[in-house]
Amino acid sequence: MRLIRTKAVVAGLGLALSLVACGDAGSDSEGADVEVKEDAASEFDDGTRMKELADAGKVKIGVKFDQPGLGFKDAADDIPTGFDVEMAKILAADLGIAEDEVEWIETISDNREPFLQDGTVDLVLASYSINEERRAVVGQAGPYLVTGQQLLVPEDSDVESTDDLQGKEVCSVTGSTSLDNAEAEGMKPVGFDTYSECVEKVLDGTVEAMTTDGTILAGYAAQNEGELKVVGEEFSEENIGVGYSKDHPEMCQWIVDTITQAHEDGLYDDAFKATLGPSGVDTPELPEMDACES
Amino acid sequence: MDAVLDNVDLYLKGFGYTIFLFLVSAAISLVLGTLLAAARVGPVAVLRTFASAYVALVRNTPLVIIFLFFQLGAGKIFDWLRFGWVDIHIGPFDFTSFFTAAVAALSLYSSAFVCESIRAGVNSVGLGQAEAARAIGLPFSGVMSQVVLPQAFRASVPPLASTFIALLKNTSVAGVFGVLDAAARMKGFTNDHADQRWGIFIAFALGYMFLVAIVSAIASVLERRWRVV
Repeated sequence: MRLIRTKAVVAGLGLALSLVACGDAGSDSEGADVEVKEDAASEFDDGTRMKELADAGKVKIGVKFDQPGLGFKDAADDIPTGFDVEMAKILAADLGIAEDEVEWIETISDNREPFLQDGTVDLVLASYSINEERRAVVGQAGPYLVTGQQLLVPEDSDVESTDDLQGKEVCSVTGSTSLDNAEAEGMKPVGFDTYSECVEKVLDGTVEAMTTDGTILAGYAAQNEGELKVVGEEFSEENIGVGYSKDHPEMCQWIVDTITQAHEDGLYDDAFKATLGPSGVDTPELPEMDACES
Repeated sequence: MDAVLDNVDLYLKGFGYTIFLFLVSAAISLVLGTLLAAARVGPVAVLRTFASAYVALVRNTPLVIIFLFFQLGAGKIFDWLRFGWVDIHIGPFDFTSFFTAAVAALSLYSSAFVCESIRAGVNSVGLGQAEAARAIGLPFSGVMSQVVLPQAFRASVPPLASTFIALLKNTSVAGVFGVLDAAARMKGFTNDHADQRWGIFIAFALGYMFLVAIVSAIASVLERRWRVV
């Protein structure tokens, strides 16, 4: 995914608007070759949520729209791209629903639990790290990916680890786990609304680094090749899972089984190579997924 | 609520930033707004036009856009507008480029509203007052500072109070522009404690309501003390 950014700064009377326009030069939504099941509804027991969704032929999936490599969609695309999206396609295909019939809904860190609780989305695959507090209000199956927090710095930076950034300002997204971790590591976090604003701040030198999951940073490093690089050991462990509503606990086992099957079929590796592979990350093994309750 | 009680230090620090943002921006916008109001009612045509253009432009621009301008646009035109030269640390609080850009955006935005509040007050002072002041030989600055503004401020207290209450709540926009204020902390808390959303929301809402109550109380004291008899 390569973006051409045009920055137009219009000044007038000491006040101006700044616009960042993004244009997509050649979309490459290759991804894994997921086969959509026919007559999927007959495979599920009556009364399960999967049966309902397969019967309806519609599913609403919440993904991120602003994380290259994981979940990313620009105005020109109909279907988002990224590893989370590929995993979502695999789940939808098992319900007999093709990717263009899925209703892709943007979820941000703040609204993932409320959206699952009120049924705005049926599933969330939005770099959704599993933790106890979240599992108290929604279901989380997985993890299907384990990632850790790293640093994204300019290509010519001397920063090698969090030790070099003690007491220094580091950018991340307001209200994210990454921001808390940065604070715990002795850095001074500054929070913005999206990761792309942080990338701007690193590029223009206002902050020395930004930090979040390595997979997200790798996507930005690939997007800004030659200008940004990912450095440092991972200083946290995030277990990325699939969110579902607590009203439908039967979905958990189905999610785990479907992803396990996709891994055996090689779809998991294909999805990873197609999305995060180009940024230089090796394809990991599928992590051992947590057992589902009841 | 436990999430807030266990992290009271972070809760208070968040509101600390909110209060600092408010106090600094309120002081600057009061001065700027008064100057703008003076320019708008003054005898110099150029200043009148400039002040009305400023108010029209800034008042009609959403606050978020002004923030975006200072965070992403201004520094590309003038390097000093990146505010990299600001680096003040007081106790646990850091005032760097992000805080300064937030203060700049909030002050410039609020000063347009302060200007209009004060202009409303100036218009409430009878024309005869200004004419009498001119008649005893005061220059324009004297007419304003000795006669008109002292009366105008009294009439301006209620609309100014509204403006400053709005400013206090507007500081929350800084939470997504690099300042770890109360609004940013609230997002952090709800992210970490998804099961306590309501408690966290109420705790932060109460914090803002408490601060607004203080501003309102100060306004009503001033209103009573400066009442035109």
